[in-house]
Amino acid sequence: MAVNIGLKLFKHELSPAEVVKKSREDRFLAREIIDGVFTDFVELHGDRLSGDDMSVIGGIAALNGTPVTVIAIDKGVDIQDKLSKRNGSPEPWGYRKAQRLMQQANKFHRPIVTFINTPGAFPGKTAEAQGQGEAIAKSILESMKLTVPMIAIIYGEGGSGGALALATSDQVWMFQNATYSILSPEGFASILWKDSKRSDEAAAVMGLTPKDLLAKNVIEYIIPESRSHPRVFNLIRKRLQDEFKQLSELTPEELVNQRRARFRSF
Amino acid sequence: MDLYNHQKSTSKIKRDASVNDRIPDGLFLACPYCGVQMYNKQLGHYRVCAHCGYGFRLQARERVDLMTDSFEEIDSEIEMTNPDFPGYADKLARAKSQTELGESVLTGVATFENEKVALGIMDSYFMMGSLGSMTGEKITRLFEYATENGLPVVLFTASGGARMQEGINSLMQMAKISAAVASHQEAGLLYLVVLTDPTTGGVTASFAMQGDITLAEPHALVGFAGARVIESTIHEKLPKDFQRVETLMANGFVDQIVPRSDMNKMIAKVVRLHHKTEV
Ligand SMILES: [Zn+2]
Repeated sequence: MAVNIGLKLFKHELSPAEVVKKSREDRFLAREIIDGVFTDFVELHGDRLSGDDMSVIGGIAALNGTPVTVIAIDKGVDIQDKLSKRNGSPEPWGYRKAQRLMQQANKFHRPIVTFINTPGAFPGKTAEAQGQGEAIAKSILESMKLTVPMIAIIYGEGGSGGALALATSDQVWMFQNATYSILSPEGFASILWKDSKRSDEAAAVMGLTPKDLLAKNVIEYIIPESRSHPRVFNLIRKRLQDEFKQLSELTPEELVNQRRARFRSF
Repeated sequence: MDLYNHQKSTSKIKRDASVNDRIPDGLFLACPYCGVQMYNKQLGHYRVCAHCGYGFRLQARERVDLMTDSFEEIDSEIEMTNPDFPGYADKLARAKSQTELGESVLTGVATFENEKVALGIMDSYFMMGSLGSMTGEKITRLFEYATENGLPVVLFTASGGARMQEGINSLMQMAKISAAVASHQEAGLLYLVVLTDPTTGGVTASFAMQGDITLAEPHALVGFAGARVIESTIHEKLPKDFQRVETLMANGFVDQIVPRSDMNKMIAKVVRLHHKTEV
């Protein structure tokens, strides 16, 4: 039902390749979304192990008065910022910061909201040496055990395991012009057809648009985009409130079982 | 104690051709790790490089013969029934006939010495051990089976990562399996991972790195991102052995590197040390 409301707002349907292009534009910034949806955001830094990854913004905030934990992958604003955030590719200590904040949310019975915009986890030398695989693996595993509700919102690129690490949640929503895929269309074309230039073709067969993913039950909701950002943020706030209210009625055991069953269906 | 009763007798699978029959003794091979050349027969029973100890890649059915004392397969009928991506059906058919498997993992109940475990062995000869939805289904069922029957899980990983042809469904397997790992963990049961050559991508970023104890075969390649992707990202050449398990162990991600010939005993020993005792 929510889908229909969303679809009515789509003026004309973009091709998958066009959605890919749009998903990579700086349409929405992480800090803008956080400040638009929540109040009283207090940023919390560091993973308490090895550092603070600026590409993962985390903290606590109020959702219409209710405390929540917020975790967002950010691509950065200007060139310098983008470089320091590797265009939104988290390091292992970014995922470990997220894990720390998820555990904290669990302790204080706060719902968790994640905002995702990443081409993927950073494929760097230090990232690899510090266990990028382990960091993602643990984020997924620990998310499966959380007894508080968690909703993930992909607002740009949802690149592979690096996105899934923060999307092992009770619900996953996507912005109208976001993508979620096993890898980039360029990577897909280069692996399967040995030709990265066939990326538009790849985008068409990969099923990475919100509409495709909704049909496959990979996501629950498509957030219609609007030039009026406050309108988008108001919609998100309202819907988060409603969904968290419903999810909070479940016992911790029911919640965990339901989350596991959600992924068991794939 | 013994929660699981075999419906059929437990017997070691006998196969027409073992690897040592498949490849002629006189064939000259180079070790993929150290490059030293040798005759096939010099690899011996365990198919290990005499020079450096690297274990040559095994098909899952070869490994089960080499390493377990008994094995009974479960879920052998599970396979992809609607491969709709162009060319996918052909690739699957070839992989099936080469590996005698329905998917890229072999699962069942095995004993190591007398220790009964739920065993999974991934097969890098089946579409590079990629994580298809039916691979995920078999591994998930293995954990569910182990949780229901109070068994430890031993999983030999080998994978090139995601199954491109299945798109997002391949990604979802990482979460699906992790959910089953979480339930198994909460039942207080042991999950033992054995990293084998090669274990990369989405498998490394999920169940390969979720074990209570992580063993590895010598010189196995294990990593998240591909070496070439890393090098082109950082514009730098990676040092030798950067993604070999010896480096991972030095970095704190592997408990022990165990030669193939000792693996059966080591698994039995670790499982035995997890027997529930009354205090
Ligand atoms: Zn060698």
